[in-house]
Amino acid sequence: MEINPTADKESSGVPPRVAEYRRIVRVLLRRHVVVFGLIVITALIVTAIFAPLLAPYDPYKTDMENALLQPNREHLLGTDALGRDSLSRMTYGARVALLVGLMATAVAASVGMTMGLVAGYFGGIAYIVIMRVIDALMAFPIILLSLVLSVLLGGGITNIMIAVGIGLSASYARVMCGTVLSIKENDYILSARSNAASDLRIMLRHILPNSFPPMIVLITINMGGAIMIEAALSYLGVGIAPPGAAWGSLVTDGYRYIVTHPTLALVPGLAIMLVVFSFNMVGDGLRDALDPRLRGVL
Amino acid sequence: MTTYIIRRLIQAVIVLILITLLVFFAMRILPGDPLMIYITEQDISLITPEMEAQLRHEFGLDKSLVLQYVDWISGIFHGDMGKSIHYRESVSTLMAQRIPVTLHLGLLAFLISSFLGILAGLVAALRRGSALDNIVTSLANFGISAPNFWLGIMLIYALGLYLRWLPIQGYTSPFVDFWRSTRQLVMPVSVLAAWSMAFISRQVRSNMLEVAHQDYIRTAWAKGLQERVVVLRHILKNGLIPVVTVMGIQLSYIIGGSVIIENVFNIPGMGRLMVASVFSQDYQVVQAGILIVGVAVVFMNFLVDISYGWLDPRIRYG
Repeated sequence: MEINPTADKESSGVPPRVAEYRRIVRVLLRRHVVVFGLIVITALIVTAIFAPLLAPYDPYKTDMENALLQPNREHLLGTDALGRDSLSRMTYGARVALLVGLMATAVAASVGMTMGLVAGYFGGIAYIVIMRVIDALMAFPIILLSLVLSVLLGGGITNIMIAVGIGLSASYARVMCGTVLSIKENDYILSARSNAASDLRIMLRHILPNSFPPMIVLITINMGGAIMIEAALSYLGVGIAPPGAAWGSLVTDGYRYIVTHPTLALVPGLAIMLVVFSFNMVGDGLRDALDPRLRGVL
Repeated sequence: MTTYIIRRLIQAVIVLILITLLVFFAMRILPGDPLMIYITEQDISLITPEMEAQLRHEFGLDKSLVLQYVDWISGIFHGDMGKSIHYRESVSTLMAQRIPVTLHLGLLAFLISSFLGILAGLVAALRRGSALDNIVTSLANFGISAPNFWLGIMLIYALGLYLRWLPIQGYTSPFVDFWRSTRQLVMPVSVLAAWSMAFISRQVRSNMLEVAHQDYIRTAWAKGLQERVVVLRHILKNGLIPVVTVMGIQLSYIIGGSVIIENVFNIPGMGRLMVASVFSQDYQVVQAGILIVGVAVVFMNFLVDISYGWLDPRIRYG
């Protein structure tokens, strides 16, 4: 797949795929902050997958005799009001963050990309209707839209993923639509059409793969955005059911004891910030590597 | 230009109609019954089926969906946004009490973040690679990553509870007690402005650097213009145009942010009313609130689109 066909218009011939891939990796890894972000994201994934092995204690086991301990050697981040080990709850919180980030982004990308693909490819009435629906969705602040949807759907982690996904989908639709409109004018689409390829085949085999660069950037940045919105929703109390541990609700729980135990609210917030920061930086890096022309657009 | 404005206006109206349809039918088709929540909040033993039917009738919930929608829309044109089931008060009254509070908070955050954000972005771009640029860029990168409710809680702890400099919650009208009102707003406005400020400065910085690479800037340098003239007349003027778009996005973020911040700092504004109403499924309040937010954002985007053409003559309207 050619990532950026216009970049080498001065050189003769098409650069081999391997060179293009190497160029992307080189540009991506050139900045230290991007490498740092990649390391944090890898750590998040490892923590989420191996949470039961990494957590020093059972995150749900209450122990009232050891409630509200300050950080010490046995409990590195102390214990909460029910005597549960904070570090273990943080470890399991990584699972919630990653799961919500992934699923909400998947919902947003599939809903938004489908809308953008249909609008951009068919044009006409489809374009007009879908664009106005996108405008209407974009008129609501995402946090408000996700809050209303997740409460109406009945709360719980699955509904939050759907609600946040729908809230984020409009930007995919808009970017996708613009990309499709420009890809559609290429000669290879005309060539596919002259070979009697169906609309569906052209959309899925020719347009979709070529619209990949702006989408991967949006997906990466939105991973952080989805995690942040989930945290805000669980702060407001829409999050997962009480024994579960989400970073946002850990901040809310910790707030009650902030005067005596500031680490309870401080640490989960730092974790959210670190993860969101990493996704943003890797997204920026990907944008620079895949297509510098996207600067300022996304 | 006039045809463009008219076409854009028609689009805006269509979007507003879509918003009312989406909001109204989403709230009614998805599960949940506001009356049941209201009833369970009261003494259940006192509610007979007849009383329930009467309440249903009182709030117009016994009519067909289409009729309820028509009632709602025609009410809005008469300045009547319905009656809150939870507060037992007219929605217009509730909104009139709370919107000025959110406006006060939001407008301050908007002005501060726009001014400081543009300034920081400019300085960073003009002194690219300097220590100052590094500081602004890293602060901005952390600023867009920090969850606002957590930032608020940390400020409450540091400035309110630990140092005891500022009150940790509440709101006072500036007309009642200006000094108290300002002290109470320092933290919420800072948190609300932080994200926008970071976002704007990032945007301004990258726009300025992009403009600085354009051919006409090279020409300006080549013909021997002074640095001051190139920066102010050529780079700044063109680099700031896309920032107008950011202003439109910012409004949406400030409203979204105030939903959270008003809860953190216990400020009786529209954001907190919305959250409370969403939880008690108070249809009328949520509908009205979302519609007001929608109108504000759609209107702002309309202004942005119009001013864009005015600022950048290269944009032609078909």
